[in-house]
Amino acid sequence: MKPPPFEYHAPRDLGAALRTLAEVDGKVLAGGQSLIPMLNMRLAAPAHLVDINRVGGLGASEVTPEGVRVGALARHAEVERAAAHPLLTRALKLVAHPVIRNRGTVVGSLVHADPAAELPAVLAVLGGSVRAARWDTAGGGPVLREVPAEEFFVGPMESALGPDELAVSAFFPALPEGSGAAFEEVSRRHGDYALAGVCAVVTVGADGAARARAACVGVGAGPVVVDLGELGPVRRAGWKAAAALVREATDPEEDIHATAAYRRHLVGVLAERALRNAAREGAAARGA
Amino acid sequence: MEHEITLVVNGTARRVRVPARRLLSDCLRHDLGLTGTHVGCEHGVCGCCTVLLEGRPVRSCLTFAVTVDGAEITTVEGLAGSDGRLSAVQRAFAECHGLQCGFCTPGFLCTVTALLADNPVPTDDEVIEGISGNLCRCTGYQNIVKAVHRAAELRAEET
Repeated sequence: MKPPPFEYHAPRDLGAALRTLAEVDGKVLAGGQSLIPMLNMRLAAPAHLVDINRVGGLGASEVTPEGVRVGALARHAEVERAAAHPLLTRALKLVAHPVIRNRGTVVGSLVHADPAAELPAVLAVLGGSVRAARWDTAGGGPVLREVPAEEFFVGPMESALGPDELAVSAFFPALPEGSGAAFEEVSRRHGDYALAGVCAVVTVGADGAARARAACVGVGAGPVVVDLGELGPVRRAGWKAAAALVREATDPEEDIHATAAYRRHLVGVLAERALRNAAREGAAARGA
Repeated sequence: MEHEITLVVNGTARRVRVPARRLLSDCLRHDLGLTGTHVGCEHGVCGCCTVLLEGRPVRSCLTFAVTVDGAEITTVEGLAGSDGRLSAVQRAFAECHGLQCGFCTPGFLCTVTALLADNPVPTDDEVIEGISGNLCRCTGYQNIVKAVHRAAELRAEET
């Protein structure tokens, strides 16, 4: 089908984009790889579309020792090629197909907040954040706020952004020293949203003790984060028991693709796999 | 409200008036008469509508024409040389029977053209990953994969 009619706004700078969002009830268009299908299928019919593709300064990514800040217009493919963050790069390879990634944006995937999507889980497991901007009409300028991942994903397809706010960037903290990361998922076809997926970060301390954190996709209203805490020496950690804890933390739903029980089973299997792979990488990074 | 935009399609600047909701795929087909770009699913799954935007393959059904005002676009009509000689990728698809009904072919040709520009000698896995976003309901893909490898050979011979 074709998209329903809307009023089109193409601001040239951030101020103009924020003023437009303050004035009209608008939906932001970045890469459009989730929004345009929803428009084509008439699942969404916003009265105003604010196309940020011409806004300067939103495409840049910044890499520091603390992590990677990805601009609102950085395409999946660009961030994947830059390979600035091992877990983010690995997750990006699982996002749809290469052609979709040429156009889709990292920040757009976060704001879309699909519970089955990979990038929200990556932001959540790393404890990252999204920077939101809005126009302060009284003050006549932009106001920024930093929204931590645990507050950002409110529910299925719902983020904490206000209707007048624009996500200008997202910050993915670097992995701590001695860390490994993994992303494991099962989907029915290559490039599809996963039936279930688990990403894990395992950090091996100087004493050889492992700490682990996992986030699951497709099995809750948003990314399900499980902080597994201290798990003892990395070589003897009980990954099976840890994976069972991850599994118990999820509450999957049934749909035409899989039953809830199957999804929960998958989470257990994938969590163990992700934790073991991340631990192996972490141990190698620590030289343990 | 209509918007006046300019698209540089296959090397020629084309001015056109379109409503904001006009998909790039429809703009190419209906407004510019370039019906080589096919429209299958219109939600980004089938890959038939893939065109090159500034040299990179994108879904024209998931792009608004107004968004890419001023951009350079290559469609399947622009892959052959100016003398009408088919490109290496097009010849390889013909030679290897990489198509049957041909509906998906424009999308495959654009995707593969960009794939080989990026990676002139892809492995089997890289080819499969590269074309994973294009559906073909006739061939079973074996001959398409063969065609991609053959196209890589033809490109190498010609440069």
